[in-house]
Amino acid sequence: MTPLAGYLLLAALLFAIGLAGALTRRNAILVLIGIELMLNAANLNLIAFWRYGPHPEALTGMMFAIFSIAVAAAEAAVGLGLVIAIYRHAKTTDLDQMNRMKG
Amino acid sequence: MSFAFWIVAALTVAGGLAAVLLKNLVHCALAVTLAFLGLALMFLQLDAQFAGFAQILVYVGAVAILVVFAILLTRNAEVLAKGESVFSKTWLTGLIAAAAVFAVLGWAVLQSVRGLPNETAEPVVTVVEIGKALMWHYVLPLEILALLLTAATIGAVMVALHEKKEAK
Amino acid sequence: MIQAGISITPLLPLHVSPITEMLWLIPALPIVAAGIAALLKQPRRKTSALLAIGSMLGSLFLSLVAFVYVATGVMQGAAIRETYNLTWFQAGAAQVDLGWVLDPLSAVMILMVSFVGLMIFVYSLGYMAEDENFTRFFCFLSLFAGAMLGVVISNSLLLLFMCWELVGLTSYLLIGFWYQKPSAAAAAKKAFMTTRVGDVFFLLGMVWLFAQTGTLLFYNHGVGSMEPLKLGALLATPSGLGLTAAGAIGLLIFAGAAGKSGQLPLHVWLPDAMEGPTPVSALIHAATMVAAGVYLIARVYPLMQAGSLVGGSTTALTVVTWVGAITAVFAALIAVAQNDIKRILAYSTVSQLGYMMAGLGLGGVAVGMFHLITHAFFKALLFMGAGSVIHGCHEEQDVRKMGGLWSQMPWTFGTYAIGMLALCGFPIVFSGFWSKDGILEAAKHWDLSKGPFYLLVFGALLTAFYMTRQVSYVFFGKWRGHGHAHESPGVMTRPLAVLAFFAVVLGAIGTPAWPWFRAFLNNQSVKLDWAGLGDLEFWTLAGTSSLVVFLGLGLGWWLYGNRPTDADAPDALEKALPPVWALLRDKFYVDELYGVTVIAFYAWWAKVADWLDRWVWGGAVIAVTRLFGGGAQLSRLMDTYWVNGGFDKGCEELSNSGGLLARVQSGRVQTYLRLLALAVVVLAAFLIWSSHP
Repeated sequence: MTPLAGYLLLAALLFAIGLAGALTRRNAILVLIGIELMLNAANLNLIAFWRYGPHPEALTGMMFAIFSIAVAAAEAAVGLGLVIAIYRHAKTTDLDQMNRMKG
Repeated sequence: MSFAFWIVAALTVAGGLAAVLLKNLVHCALAVTLAFLGLALMFLQLDAQFAGFAQILVYVGAVAILVVFAILLTRNAEVLAKGESVFSKTWLTGLIAAAAVFAVLGWAVLQSVRGLPNETAEPVVTVVEIGKALMWHYVLPLEILALLLTAATIGAVMVALHEKKEAK
Repeated sequence: MIQAGISITPLLPLHVSPITEMLWLIPALPIVAAGIAALLKQPRRKTSALLAIGSMLGSLFLSLVAFVYVATGVMQGAAIRETYNLTWFQAGAAQVDLGWVLDPLSAVMILMVSFVGLMIFVYSLGYMAEDENFTRFFCFLSLFAGAMLGVVISNSLLLLFMCWELVGLTSYLLIGFWYQKPSAAAAAKKAFMTTRVGDVFFLLGMVWLFAQTGTLLFYNHGVGSMEPLKLGALLATPSGLGLTAAGAIGLLIFAGAAGKSGQLPLHVWLPDAMEGPTPVSALIHAATMVAAGVYLIARVYPLMQAGSLVGGSTTALTVVTWVGAITAVFAALIAVAQNDIKRILAYSTVSQLGYMMAGLGLGGVAVGMFHLITHAFFKALLFMGAGSVIHGCHEEQDVRKMGGLWSQMPWTFGTYAIGMLALCGFPIVFSGFWSKDGILEAAKHWDLSKGPFYLLVFGALLTAFYMTRQVSYVFFGKWRGHGHAHESPGVMTRPLAVLAFFAVVLGAIGTPAWPWFRAFLNNQSVKLDWAGLGDLEFWTLAGTSSLVVFLGLGLGWWLYGNRPTDADAPDALEKALPPVWALLRDKFYVDELYGVTVIAFYAWWAKVADWLDRWVWGGAVIAVTRLFGGGAQLSRLMDTYWVNGGFDKGCEELSNSGGLLARVQSGRVQTYLRLLALAVVVLAAFLIWSSHP
């Protein structure tokens, strides 16, 4: 197994774990945590490909990852703000109970 | 694969698992911080020093704190009935979905092992070059990102603030 | 192409005198008077009477002028037959014409009809003076007079038929004049229906004639249906039963005449027609309308006579003769046993009409027509006298409740006696003798059979007998009625006197010394020749008939005259031969026979028609309606269950499936995410798989 493959597998594992957490936990904040994990796994993927891919001097992968971090931070802020707003309105963060969009 | 890699990998995975499995929310938040840290070390291993430090600064320093703040602000909803699980009633479907995703990704990687490059030269990346790249090649994304961050900040404040005003 | 309306295109006018051109005025005047009178209100009696009598005077004047014209023409040796024809309409190649003719026959008839009519109109002024429907009466009378005059001058069988029907209509209206009486209404209906039966045959004959000859005009410059060219064609065409077309058509037309003139099978309406007022009986059912049938046969005589081979007579004329002779005796027998004064006279009329028909068949137009003319006068006289008697006896009509009126009503008695003797055929003095003898003479010389002769002689005997009986009951003996009888006013007796005068005088034109009438009708002139009276054969016959008359008179006087009877006592003959009397009084049960057969059949047929209408035609209509209704119901069901239901079900399914799909939207974010993840997996797998070498 090449180093790249190892990193990629690790990233895949982390992604799956984050996904599992986002899909199964009841608390809205934990869903956000899971999403952060997924984003991080994607970042790892990017950096790994930058390092072991062609033309690392172009800095493409690095740049991508930096921008991703920035965006993730912004998204985390907005998302948590939303969770707080919902908590104030519904007095709960339990996602199972939030089915007002039920069709 | 070097020894360091396996240690750090194990650390990260452990942190991730703990984050999704623990009952106590604050424990989850701390676990995910550990995962973030592990990932930063990964970046350093991959000769992406700037990315690694950026990771620590942003994720560990800001996002994790943010999560803890959110947990603290929604404390009262944590009261669980006896015997009720932190997982949703239909957790199996989620697990299956995640497992499927992992399976596909893993299979994709393993299928293309032969095509992946083995060893390459160590890249030398200075902050000057990153700065140049940001200012020259990636100036547009940079500006857009600035716009995005501004919007996000204002938006978050508005969302959180608005409710407070109405609640009164 | 049919050109409707009257286009006055005279057909090849050849010396048509102005009198002929004006001939149409003769019937037109009374019809116009009737039209105006119809618009009057009831109280305007003077106006309606004036109109009627005035128009009749005008017609009489014109008739006189025409008659004089024809008579002078004939006396000068010229044969007069002038026609004036119009085309009414054309249908393809066929052409329907109308027209009128002025010849001796029509001249004689118009004179007689207008004169007798005028007499009766004047008489009606007195008779109907107390009736509240005075105006209506005179309106109908005028209409009748106009129609009858139309029949008589018509040159077209179609025009004749139209006026014939009009005459029948007015007869119906006048018989049923007192329509509130159920018996009068029934009698009117019976008259109309019975004559209708005859008219159907008449119409058939007319249509056949038109089909064969292509024209309905009698005389039309050589191509009329009574002229040799067409008659020859008719003779050449055979029809069924060994008759030629001429014979068959003649018989059909005779059937129509038989209905109108009350010959044997169709005589049943005449006695019942006595329900009408007496002037009506006098005018219509004695002098004129019933004579229309005789006139018709006289008019189509060339047709009846065409191809006379068998013993000097054709089949048609033989039938006419026998029917006439049998009717004469039949009716006379019934008259013997009647008690109503008018009914006796009615049966007498039927009998005399039989004489006329027999006369036509045996001896030709002149013989029959002479009797028609004389009969018109004395029968009208007799009826009017009867009316006077009824009036004087306060509307009593049963002879058994009269009696001894010779002293109370002298004028009536005198004129009635004259009329009665004329009817009996009292020798020499009275016209009836000459006319009846003409018929008997012709019967004696008939080669086919002597049957009619004996029948007619027997009929003469019976005539004298029953008239004597009637006169004895009415005028002689004791007064058996209620109250007092009184003589009628002058307006009623003066016409009686005039008619009595003619009843005597008219005989003069038929004597062998001066057979003017016969010659006139044959378009010849004749001189007074006293040598004609020296014919021995003639005097033998005259003696025989006189003997018969005296015998009848004597028998009647012996049985009825001067024998005192009560109102309720049975008749002398009745006492002698009760079953015969019953048979005669009940009119040989002919009416009852008809009631059982024809009327019953008709009633049954009406029921059948009703059933057909209700169930078959009505049923068909209902079936179609139900079918459509059913179709509509079916359509509705289909619409409700299939179309609507189907559509509703479809919508329901759609919304159900929508509901099912909506269940996917659980409202829970994590569910969405799971699906998303799975979808990504599938997509990735697919992509990898597809790019796999």
